[in-house]
Amino acid sequence: MSRTYLVATFADSEALLDAVTTARAQGFKIYDVYAPCPIHGLDEAMGIQRTRLPYVTLVAGALALAATIAFEFYAAVFDWPLNVGGKPDNSTLAFVPIAFEMTVLAAGLATVAAFLLRSRLFPGAQPPLTTPGVTDDRFAVALRWRPNAFDTGSARHLLVQSGAIRIIQTASDL
Amino acid sequence: MRVADQRRHRLLAFPARQSRASGALNRITDDVALPLDTGPGAGWLAAFAVAATALLVGIGCVSYEIATGIGVWGLNRTVGWAFDITNFVFWVGIGHAGTLISAILLLFRQQWRTSINRSAEAMTIFAVICAALFPLIHMGRPWLAFYVFPYPNSRGPLWVNFRSPLLWDVFAINTYFTISLVFWYVGMIPDFATLRDRAVAGMKKTIYGIASLGWDGSQRTWSRYEALNTILAGLATPLVISVHSIVSMDFATSILPGWHTTLFPPYFVAGAVYSGFGMVTTLLILTRVLMHLDRYITRRHLDAMAKVMLLTGSLVGLSYATEFYVAWLNGSVYERATFFTRATGPYARLFWTMVACNAVAPQLLWFSRIRRSVAALFVFSIAVNIGMWLERFIIIVTSLHRSYLPSSWVGYQPTAIEVGTLVGSFGLFFTCFLLFIRLLPMIAIWEVKAGCLADAHGASDV
Repeated sequence: MSRTYLVATFADSEALLDAVTTARAQGFKIYDVYAPCPIHGLDEAMGIQRTRLPYVTLVAGALALAATIAFEFYAAVFDWPLNVGGKPDNSTLAFVPIAFEMTVLAAGLATVAAFLLRSRLFPGAQPPLTTPGVTDDRFAVALRWRPNAFDTGSARHLLVQSGAIRIIQTASDL
Repeated sequence: MRVADQRRHRLLAFPARQSRASGALNRITDDVALPLDTGPGAGWLAAFAVAATALLVGIGCVSYEIATGIGVWGLNRTVGWAFDITNFVFWVGIGHAGTLISAILLLFRQQWRTSINRSAEAMTIFAVICAALFPLIHMGRPWLAFYVFPYPNSRGPLWVNFRSPLLWDVFAINTYFTISLVFWYVGMIPDFATLRDRAVAGMKKTIYGIASLGWDGSQRTWSRYEALNTILAGLATPLVISVHSIVSMDFATSILPGWHTTLFPPYFVAGAVYSGFGMVTTLLILTRVLMHLDRYITRRHLDAMAKVMLLTGSLVGLSYATEFYVAWLNGSVYERATFFTRATGPYARLFWTMVACNAVAPQLLWFSRIRRSVAALFVFSIAVNIGMWLERFIIIVTSLHRSYLPSSWVGYQPTAIEVGTLVGSFGLFFTCFLLFIRLLPMIAIWEVKAGCLADAHGASDV
């Protein structure tokens, strides 16, 4: 299904922030904003919720910690106890360093994987909207256009008022 | 459907609306991408020729060693670890500065780090590769290296010994390498997108396109991305401390005089950061000259790095003093004899060189004239590299060559093969680094832009 967007380009991040704030105040929904770097204060202006990535880190780390300790215990105590210098089979403290390393490894890799999945980033991915210059020095805001439910005139007006240097209407199949 | 293209006239009508930042952002992209778009200069080619030659020497030495056996090294029954493990500890330590800059300084919100963190992280990756090679070739039969992993095997399964610090090392180094690599790559995704959009067409666009994973600069992604970077930094910070602590436990958990001390973990971590910053300083000064990036690698950066070296160098000096004090205080004759031999025995000259480089020289950094002089810092950073290499050599060799039994006291001399292997590791490191500065964005474009916007807006608020 083809979707239509109104994309306004800005040369300045302040003007963009201005446009986003005004647009939301007037009841427009911000589809997304595109920028060459993260912009301070934009998350609040767009109403983006806090990411849940830290939970992934916590769960993956906790699972890896438990699994590693359990495995070390199983291998060193049950499966093949080995007398090394008379040290106890269950040398729990000595199991900590490896358990810690595995916790960090699993938590880090799981968080990155969750990020890539959630953001739909993978080799050969095609982003739904591309605006020239947003990876260099331009900033863009995209509003989703809907027939009969979108006041194009007032949207254009507010974007121009905020300092948009270019406004285009574009369709995307994705 | 450029309906409103004509609106551009607003630009002319309201020139004040266009921020100063915008031109600056474009310039950052151009400056960083320039070395990737142009051919190499004479300086780079000369440096690459030297590095690649050193690498070839190393490949030759290691091939000979693997084909013949580690008998080609100067090790004997008393000194079973020497050059090889020295190099391992040295290279692991080098890597730590990269993580410190990219992770710990990120958590402390030190903006100055943005233009040097990418190259420092690259340095970490290459240093850890160099480090990991040494235990591997020390095994003598590196094709059996997989024995160190606890995999289900046909020998029982006979598991690895989880109580051994050498095994902790295997996990620490592998985790450290993996997390550093992932952190480095994740940091480059937006920059790959910038380079992809900048490339006209052809192979470059394809490669950067694949590497950028379809990054479109969406704020929803940026929001998560910043959280991801903070999480990775939060994981990498304890990780880097654990790695060198574990390396130090390779020594500290043994009962050898001079090794068996609880001081080792913090002492090794401070030394690692000190040596790593020494290497970062060497590399950044060279890069500044070779790639003409004085606008990004400024005297302010050098000054800040010199301050870190002043702190960590002083910690290292304090550790040396503590070691001697404890050896004198604890009443063990073996401990005392080991430290007495360190300062007066056959390796005394190396010992005093080490003290001069690591404990005395950093005190010069109290003077801001030295911290801000590029030439003086370059000389100093070389001294740090030499001093910290010597430190590991002295810890390992002086403790081993004369321990409890005087009948087994021997000397140790490295063979040409061992020296060649060390030269080769420097060759590998610099070859990788030189390729990196030609092929990848060596300054984090998006982070410098974010800093630039913050500065511009901070200024407009006043």
